[in-house]
Amino acid sequence: MQPIELIQSRTVVLASTNIDTDQIIPARFLTTTSREGLGAHLFADWRYDSAGQPRADFVLNTPAAAGCEILVAGRNIGCGSSREHAPWALMDFGFKTIISTQIADIFRGNSLKNGLLPIVVDESTHEYLLAHPGIALKISIVDRTLTLPDGRNISFALENFARFCLLNGTDELGYLLSQSAQIEHFEKAHQS
Amino acid sequence: MSPRTLFEKVWSAHEVVPQTADTPAVLYIDLHLTHEVTTPQAYTVLRSRGLKVRRPDRTFATMDHSTPTETAQVFGGIPIKDASAARQVAQLESNCAEFGIELLNLQDPRRGIVHIVGPELGLTQPGSTIVCGDSHTSTHGAFGALAFGIGTTEVGHVLATQCLLQRKPKTHAINVHGQLGRGVTAKDLVLAIIRQVGVSGGTGSVFEFRGPTIAQLSMEERMTICNMAIEAGAKAGMIAPDETTFAYLKGRARAPSGAAWDAAVAHWRTFCTDEGAVFDQQTDIDASQLVPMITYGTHPGMSVDIDAKIPVTQGDAVFDKALSYMGLSPGQTLKGQPVQVVFLGSCTNARLSDLRAAAAVIKGRRVAAGVQFLVVPGSQSVKAQAEAEGLDQIFLAAGAEWRESGCSMCLGMNGDLVARGAYCVSTSNRNFEGRQGVGARTLLASPITAAAAAVAGCVSDPRDFLP
Ligand code: SF4
Repeated sequence: MQPIELIQSRTVVLASTNIDTDQIIPARFLTTTSREGLGAHLFADWRYDSAGQPRADFVLNTPAAAGCEILVAGRNIGCGSSREHAPWALMDFGFKTIISTQIADIFRGNSLKNGLLPIVVDESTHEYLLAHPGIALKISIVDRTLTLPDGRNISFALENFARFCLLNGTDELGYLLSQSAQIEHFEKAHQS
Repeated sequence: MSPRTLFEKVWSAHEVVPQTADTPAVLYIDLHLTHEVTTPQAYTVLRSRGLKVRRPDRTFATMDHSTPTETAQVFGGIPIKDASAARQVAQLESNCAEFGIELLNLQDPRRGIVHIVGPELGLTQPGSTIVCGDSHTSTHGAFGALAFGIGTTEVGHVLATQCLLQRKPKTHAINVHGQLGRGVTAKDLVLAIIRQVGVSGGTGSVFEFRGPTIAQLSMEERMTICNMAIEAGAKAGMIAPDETTFAYLKGRARAPSGAAWDAAVAHWRTFCTDEGAVFDQQTDIDASQLVPMITYGTHPGMSVDIDAKIPVTQGDAVFDKALSYMGLSPGQTLKGQPVQVVFLGSCTNARLSDLRAAAAVIKGRRVAAGVQFLVVPGSQSVKAQAEAEGLDQIFLAAGAEWRESGCSMCLGMNGDLVARGAYCVSTSNRNFEGRQGVGARTLLASPITAAAAAVAGCVSDPRDFLP
């Protein structure tokens, strides 16, 4: 995982509510055995028509979306299937952070483990972001703040451990492996 | 010690290292269930880091998501059509062989949907921690286990260390009282719970389903309820183990036996919420007020009573979008809505009792002209038991298709798909856009409501069809 401290980008707004992971990447793309190249299938059923052609009116197909690293989603994103292909696809497309009013547990955990930052904001900030697509935001993982173009700072919750892992590019497996003495002790004590 | 909830007891019994302000808890995992879709990339990580599977004896594999359901394909040696699905299944086989994991292969008589097979074999046990790279792992909570879905990176963590890094979730009691009426099933109850709590209402919490109504449910009904806890956004759903649980497990292949059985039951009995324990949140449901339910929208919280009208809302763009996808209008009743497909299957409702209930509706009747009725047992043992009782003959005589087990049309990964624009009454758990095929329109309901729709050719009240 790459260390990440700061995200500075314009936003893309996808205002749909309850975007589930089946929409982020439909099941038919899950037969892959690798994690590469999934960005091509991101939001496939919204992005392409039945002939497989990009829909000009879908936001990710517009020129304004090119190079954007911040996805502002409608209320509640990531519910449904536990497929980690969802954050893989979002990251492969180029997103580094997802903003919503609520982010489903498994999707949130999967995102953090891949260095994709899930940000939950309050209703009024969310409304502002939805109403102003394409604005430039500065997101500091060090300070746990999101800075609006007018200079207003909004803080967001990010647990210390997740922050540490993002800032240092630490993957959790390394940390877990370092606990093996305790794990062994636990197994002995429980005779398992 | 102060009174504790069922969840707190299971959690604390598995804390290898408790959480601190700076670090999550290291939680020990007793049972790791795996399947072909969410594991390949995890084994790649293991291989690239030169790691072994720490506890192959606590890891178990089946294949279900991308496997075919046609008998000729499963047993006739016809290769899996889709090349990438075939590769995924082959890779599961080679990974399990390389890392020493027990695998139920395509033709194994015990194979089936992972959440049906675990309980059936007695692998799912009270008071244990169970994970799987699949969100419906919540199903196993019906036994008083703490069971939840994880992503592929975490699958790798459990393979390598038998542990996960976790923050302790909150607790939410779902108290259910009142007798379920005639024709009202566990599926209707859980749809009502999701409607009340909301599809994200459970985020960050573990549900405990409790109360007299829950205590009266069979294990199979309890599994249907816990299966859909995730559809309310909950991390897990749990039900305290009791005599019903123990009777279900007794004599199962992987359940303890002999003297170990008595010791296990004595231990399992301790996994209940103590008198006076405090939940972070409570929801009360009166089951006696419920009628059969059906969904009309694109998430499982968008449901109505079978004879009620779809609500009328003003200026709700999300609602309008869902209805336009579904081709339905506000104020319309679903009853009488023509359907083209009926799917009886999935880890929610494809156990023996589900097939029996649907067969009782179908018996002596015919599937309506123009309707495809696909019956996919949840496991090969469910299929064998159903055949021993003659249920397959009832379905076949009515004009239904009788298949080999698997996830099938629940998510359409194996080619069992609903056509664009077609309506499908499905006993599965998700009615998301495109879940059963691009443009498919899913109406979630119970097995008897599904069977009634198959016979009538349109959405119908199952109570009109009960024997
Ligand atoms: S039956 Fe459906 S919900 Fe259950 S494990 Fe399979 S795909 Fe997932």
